[in-house]
Amino acid sequence: MLSQEFMRNALLAGTFVALACGVSGWFVVLRGQVFAGDALSHVAFPGALAAAAAGVDQRLGLVLATVIVGAGIGVLGRATLSGRGGGVALAADDTAIGIAFTFILGLGLFFLTRFGLSSGGASGIQAAHTLFGSIFGLGAGEARLAAAVALVVTVATVAISRPLLFASVTPEVAGARGVPTRLLGIGFLVLLGVVAAEATQAVGALLLLGLLAAPAAAAHRIARSPVVGIALAGAFALVSVWGGLVLAYAVPSLPPSSAVVAIAATIYYGSVLLV
Amino acid sequence: MSADPANPRLGWNVLRDVGELVEYHFMVNALLAGAIVAVMSAAVGWVMVLRRQTFAGHTLSMMAFPGASAATLAGLPVAWGYFAFCGAGALIIGRVGGSERRTWSEESASIGTFQAVALAAGFLFVSLYGGVLGDLDSLLFGDVLGISDGQVLVLASVAAASLAVLVVLARPLLFASVDPDVAGARGVPVRALSVVFLAVLGLAVAATSQITGPLLVFALLLMPAASAQTITARPIPSLALTLLFGVGVTWLGLGISYFSVYPAGFFIATISFAGYVLVRAGAALLGVRRARPADPMPVDGVIA
Repeated sequence: MLSQEFMRNALLAGTFVALACGVSGWFVVLRGQVFAGDALSHVAFPGALAAAAAGVDQRLGLVLATVIVGAGIGVLGRATLSGRGGGVALAADDTAIGIAFTFILGLGLFFLTRFGLSSGGASGIQAAHTLFGSIFGLGAGEARLAAAVALVVTVATVAISRPLLFASVTPEVAGARGVPTRLLGIGFLVLLGVVAAEATQAVGALLLLGLLAAPAAAAHRIARSPVVGIALAGAFALVSVWGGLVLAYAVPSLPPSSAVVAIAATIYYGSVLLV
Repeated sequence: MSADPANPRLGWNVLRDVGELVEYHFMVNALLAGAIVAVMSAAVGWVMVLRRQTFAGHTLSMMAFPGASAATLAGLPVAWGYFAFCGAGALIIGRVGGSERRTWSEESASIGTFQAVALAAGFLFVSLYGGVLGDLDSLLFGDVLGISDGQVLVLASVAAASLAVLVVLARPLLFASVDPDVAGARGVPVRALSVVFLAVLGLAVAATSQITGPLLVFALLLMPAASAQTITARPIPSLALTLLFGVGVTWLGLGISYFSVYPAGFFIATISFAGYVLVRAGAALLGVRRARPADPMPVDGVIA
């Protein structure tokens, strides 16, 4: 199995994307921001199309779109975060998130039609589609880039984890103690935007959602301690990716992303039933 | 002057333009279906914003993909698969999300996991089918100009049934949405209401996606309600405003798209968004702090 180059690339990229998703996913679940992660993966495609319309590199448009929308959600969410404490207030962001990504998807539809009408525009759509790859279709360079970006995001998340945890659990107290809660919130969503941009290209938007939500949700059910929880979330995500890749390799008609999500979801639903 | 559907011309005479619009049966059907869907999604969306179930609504709209691919694999009409997955989604989100005292963070994670599982199933069905799944773009963005008389009737009956359920359940549903803990203590079946509302939400999402496509349902389901709840927090006026915004945005979008090469979903989403931005800007200018859409009514503790 490891003699196949596509499998080695998939394992390399998958391992680090799983780590990044598991570790940042623990905070995403803690802060009730799974919807934000989902929305960020949706804006990647319109971003790539808009970049093609403007004649710049599509990957640049994709990263810019996710990072700007991530920062935007963070900025707009400020009022609700400071209002009332804890997780309930975070839920209020959902209206803003839904409105923002629907508008951006509407723009995506505009660009899609525009390319469809212009001569030779179909190639623009094609190029955008090829950006959204499958984990089994990665080249060696792409896999290394995905692994590097994911590693940087993981390290950055761990680096801000102490103040971020403080700001997530008791925002008022953290703010009073001089922790820049708002800046941390925005910074975390920007990191999430980078994860979304990299993951939608390398492994697909579906894997991003599955790996952000399911392993971390299971870890939250099992472990109360943040350190154990973050480690568990990373471990569950790794197990899902490795198991899923092996399973998809063994069963050719099973898409790798479906296999990975199936294992991650089994872990989560198992934790719901058992814990 | 007779109109030509292949080459519509927009003149300065608004009455003539509207006359040209309604000259065609497919356009009348589109406007009718649009109005039906706008009314339904305005009412359902208003409750959705109140209950903060935007993510659940989005997840139900995503059921279009596994639904369509499962139906294609089984050789059934696509709409059946869509409704089956929406129904299953409503049950699962309602049961997992509505049980015990769940925190928002856990609810968001369980909805996200469910969506990932459903999409993964969709990919599996596509892979098992082995073929290309129709025109994915038209599946994702809807096809409003191809609506038949029969579909208008189906939409009207679905809308009537959903609105009837909402009207019958209005009082307990509002109570359970605003204060689930107190409502539960008073004997209101909070969890059953949650499942029923999610089922109605699933119907509304499926119907709305006929007009806008599953990806843009929030243009009618969320934006009018969010705009109206920014203007006023009182239930009846804001509900009326939501209906007004919804129908207005839909007809305007459909009308403009008739004279343009771009699809209706884009115009509906853009006009709806522009309306929301205007309302928010106006509210900020006037210093209206009565009711942000993010904070429609005080909800304590846990989302049921």
